[in-house]
Amino acid sequence: MKYAEEFRDPTAARIQLDRIARLVAEIGATAEKPLHIMEICGGHTHAIFRYGLDRLTPPGIEFIHGPGCPVCVLPRSRVDECIEIAERPEVIFTTFGDAMRVPGTRKSLLQAKAEGADIRMVYSPLDALDLARRNPDREVVFFGLGFETTTPSTALSIQQAARENLPNFSVFCNHITVPEPLRVLLDDPHMMLDGFVGPGHVSMVIGTHPYDFIARDYGKPIVVAGFEPLDLLQSVAMVLEQIRDGRAEVENQYARVVPEDGNPVSLAAIADVYERRPTFEWRGLGEIDASGLKIRNAYQSFDAEQKFSVGYGADQLRRVPDPEGCACGQVMSGRIKPVDCPQFGRGCTPEMPLGALMVSSEGACAAYYQYGGHRAVEAAE
Amino acid sequence: MCLGIPGQIVAITDETRQMAMAEVSGIRREVNVACIATKDLADLIGFWTLIHVGFAMSLIDEDEAARTLEALHDLGEAQETLEAMAAGTSALEGAQ
Amino acid sequence: MNVITKPVADRVTLAHGGGGTAMRDLIDSVFTSVFQPDAMEDQARLTHAALSEPGARLAMTTDSFVVDPVEFPGGDIGKIAVCGTVNDLAVGGARPLWLSAAFIIEEGTDIALLRRVVASMQAEAEKAGVRIVTGDTKVVGRGMADTLFVTTSGVGVIPPGRDLAAARIRPNDVVIVNGVLGDHGAAILAARGEMALSGDIVSDCKGLGHLMETVLAAAPNTRAARDATRGGLASSLNEMAEAANLSIEIDETALPLRKEVKGMCEILGLDPLYLANEGTLVLFVPEAEADAALQAMRATEAGQGATIIGRAFDGPPRVTMRTLFGGARIVDMLVGEQLPRIC
Repeated sequence: MKYAEEFRDPTAARIQLDRIARLVAEIGATAEKPLHIMEICGGHTHAIFRYGLDRLTPPGIEFIHGPGCPVCVLPRSRVDECIEIAERPEVIFTTFGDAMRVPGTRKSLLQAKAEGADIRMVYSPLDALDLARRNPDREVVFFGLGFETTTPSTALSIQQAARENLPNFSVFCNHITVPEPLRVLLDDPHMMLDGFVGPGHVSMVIGTHPYDFIARDYGKPIVVAGFEPLDLLQSVAMVLEQIRDGRAEVENQYARVVPEDGNPVSLAAIADVYERRPTFEWRGLGEIDASGLKIRNAYQSFDAEQKFSVGYGADQLRRVPDPEGCACGQVMSGRIKPVDCPQFGRGCTPEMPLGALMVSSEGACAAYYQYGGHRAVEAAE
Repeated sequence: MCLGIPGQIVAITDETRQMAMAEVSGIRREVNVACIATKDLADLIGFWTLIHVGFAMSLIDEDEAARTLEALHDLGEAQETLEAMAAGTSALEGAQ
Repeated sequence: MNVITKPVADRVTLAHGGGGTAMRDLIDSVFTSVFQPDAMEDQARLTHAALSEPGARLAMTTDSFVVDPVEFPGGDIGKIAVCGTVNDLAVGGARPLWLSAAFIIEEGTDIALLRRVVASMQAEAEKAGVRIVTGDTKVVGRGMADTLFVTTSGVGVIPPGRDLAAARIRPNDVVIVNGVLGDHGAAILAARGEMALSGDIVSDCKGLGHLMETVLAAAPNTRAARDATRGGLASSLNEMAEAANLSIEIDETALPLRKEVKGMCEILGLDPLYLANEGTLVLFVPEAEADAALQAMRATEAGQGATIIGRAFDGPPRVTMRTLFGGARIVDMLVGEQLPRIC
């Protein structure tokens, strides 16, 4: 596959791993005193485990798995609300496969489907639009999930629905943004991060400037990275070089895809369709100001929250606390590793996830579990 | 998250809705090209783009890709070490 | 063959399951005219010389088949129903001889479709050298079944001296597969059309009986074999590691994958190791016989792509994969169904 396989070349990987090892030695980081580097995006977390990069890099580097997995940070109340919509008899509820297993208070979408709700997995919001065209007597609702990468796709779909006057299409909007939770993590007095690997696909939409505050205000290096294993290794080396040189800058390793100023069409569509909510709840992190998007009033007939009076569209907003004993917040801020959570592999498994990070294979705990982390628990027992 | 993969635009399927056929490793899928649209959509044919949830989100910059690849294969400081080792080996061979 | 005794309706109705003449006509015209069982009794009466050989054992297996869509590139539910049961017998070392076939048919199913399915069952049975000797049909109301469900049971004979079992796998045995992985799962994904993806992927659905005989002739000490169906190669290997109480390591660079299957997996965020196959033979062969097995397999159509993908070694019962970069990762059993990972 062009633009993918070249970035998986083992020879170049060895060169980058050597470079990383030398930099770690120069900086003087060790297993006892490691550098903490956060990969923000769940796609990066997945790639790190998929290619075993955590085991190939020297012990002086510890990867902290950030909050960039949208289904992982979705609070239980929002899952409950989408099930409430999905269970209405007139509704065809469409979603990315990722969200099917996310547990709500009582059940997941997968369980609601088994109980009879018409829930369909789609690849694209365009497929949901198509379903709406072909089923004029049904209400087709799309579960709008994801960060800035995915937001333009639902914005453009809503604009298209408006052009076609499709009365039976709406979006249950749960879009969230990357920079705001990073600020929360950086403001945490327990924070011990030394640098960031930045989310490549979010940045192809928003560009690299929204991260300027990380370097300027907090003095931390950040390198926007692609998703192939070599992209990740090179980005880690670039972060290490900044640390060695005492620099804190926003660098772009993924220039083949990420323009410095992002994508103007995407940004215009987002601005046209969405506005910021004053606050939005994140699983494990709590309320974060201005971190979520809602559909503007001009498009309110496409807003499932308004249409079905749920969530922020209901008279009273429901709050559901995170499950007891769940330490996802501490894992996400890097204070503990997934295996250090008392529930890991015991009360919380991919079959019966308790916490958010066990839900998707992009969540740190699920990635640990899937790629062998639970064996460590077995061995310890 | 945000799974995105490179695909090549092979045909324009619907001008008004800005839809095109993209091909990824022999698999075809209709994608929306609004984010990368040019005045004449046909100009997009042959271009490589980054595809996410059925949308072509960004044109892939061939020159930047080549530059990154070059940097990835650049041995930098390690080059000298390797050259020294190679020189050492050939010296040994010469001695035998 | 294919003598249609009486014309029947275009579509199956509940009357076709009612026990009256409509049912008899459907069975006669669609099923028995093609399968041609020996006698019109409610049982098959079987004799076979192989059964009387001292040390020979009977092998029996059963499997139900549901697939959406019923017809797909490379096969249909009938072909899978015959191949699946033939393969379950073959990988245990049995020579498949007889099958039963039971059909649960949804009211409204197109009779022409039934005929196509039955024809492909008969064709596949002939290819595999088995006979469909008894069967049953039931008709259920619309919505009570998805078009057509088929259950086949199979009986075969294991010749004296053959003993294939995962518990016999030894350290250093090599893992061989007969060709590319994941074609069936990817073909079905594309055929369902839900993800609106298209590509030339054909299911690998095929009988493995003759290939197994070829392998056992060339590599008589072959330890164990599996037909890697649901859950893909990863699930089969995990079951075998568990049964053998050994570690199995596969090599990422050695895995045979079609370009289109890789593409499909990249687009949907799926792992091809977990995609279903319907004609993938996984073999554990002693290293000394590996070359002989490979050469013999490659000379056959079903084994053209035969290749070594890994080996067994002493260690805890688990499957690991050596990645492209020489890193290792655990390849675990899947928790549930593999779901796309996109947003």
